[in-house]
Amino acid sequence: MEYILIIISAVLVNNIVLAQFLGICPFLGVSKKLSTAIGMGGAVLFVMTLATIVTYLIQTYILVPLHIDFLQTVVYILVIAALVQMVELILKKVSPALYQALGVFLPLITTNCAILGVAILVIRKDYNLIESTVFAVANAIGFTLALVIFSSIRERLELLDIPESMKGVPISLIVAGLLALAFMGFANIV
Amino acid sequence: MNQWQNFIKGFLKENPVFVLLLGLCPTLGVTTSAINGLGMGVATAFVLVMSNLVISLIKNLIPEKVRIPSFIVVIASFVTIVDLVMAAYVPVLHAQLGIFIPLIVVNCIVLGRAEAFASKNDIFSSILDGLGMGLGFTFAVTILGAIREALGAGSIFGFKFLTSDGMLVFAMAPGAFMVLGYLIALVNRFNKGTK
Repeated sequence: MEYILIIISAVLVNNIVLAQFLGICPFLGVSKKLSTAIGMGGAVLFVMTLATIVTYLIQTYILVPLHIDFLQTVVYILVIAALVQMVELILKKVSPALYQALGVFLPLITTNCAILGVAILVIRKDYNLIESTVFAVANAIGFTLALVIFSSIRERLELLDIPESMKGVPISLIVAGLLALAFMGFANIV
Repeated sequence: MNQWQNFIKGFLKENPVFVLLLGLCPTLGVTTSAINGLGMGVATAFVLVMSNLVISLIKNLIPEKVRIPSFIVVIASFVTIVDLVMAAYVPVLHAQLGIFIPLIVVNCIVLGRAEAFASKNDIFSSILDGLGMGLGFTFAVTILGAIREALGAGSIFGFKFLTSDGMLVFAMAPGAFMVLGYLIALVNRFNKGTK
């Protein structure tokens, strides 16, 4: 039950993009087409889960026992950068098909603040390892959901007649605002 | 004149938020009030200036291949310093900004300036560039925070000018997206008008 609450809360109520403002850059950057949005979602799901588990273990078994948890930010960003590189190399060897699908998105993920954000959030929320993993997966699903809905709207937006200075990012941001308004309807269900 | 341009370009012509569209996560996340925006802006500006300074100093010592990881370590160190200093001296603001302080590390503005400017220019220009970009970012987030606070709570920097409550939606997530959208549209129009 507890896990279901974490999932509903992360996917719908506190959606990582629309309510917490993490991962806005890829949200605006790769949301022009539905297919790229799904690819990015898959890559984020993969890396976010892995990164959260690894950083959680490092925090619990290395940083805290040695009393160097003030180095959290430095260590986490390096671990995530290394992890993304490693995943890229392994995928290339083991599963060329998956690499073809996710490959181009992997380098972009290092600077996706959603990954570092979730890794830090699970520590601040005092989750245990299973809760952290569930939280990471749920947030990745929430990210993908927002990205897929948003990219479908943007595909339609291309066809509309929009005032010159509103074209591109401004109108996208206003659409994102309306989407966030819709997601506010989920408030208080948990 | 050239140095002056290094400094001033961050305000309007190459404003990191309104024109380059970098660092939008903290821009949207912390601008619920003008003072939060200002705090975030100053913290980011400090990291920008210091990392630009250090990177410009050590740019010849770093091998080309490990350039980006080295930059990230420098930036992350200054972010940790800001994080600890803010926790000690302005705990209330620190709690309000929350997770967005460690996330200055992945703010594309900081790494972007390190890679695009500080790794190629001398120390003095790099400091000016960092200061200009940092103040441009501060300017953008403070304006956004002030507008959202005025519409959402009827106050600016905590001084109430409306007796009633504001429109709460502007203090929440949808308001952030919409106000930024209209601001960028305005800047687009202004920049096109001057061309």
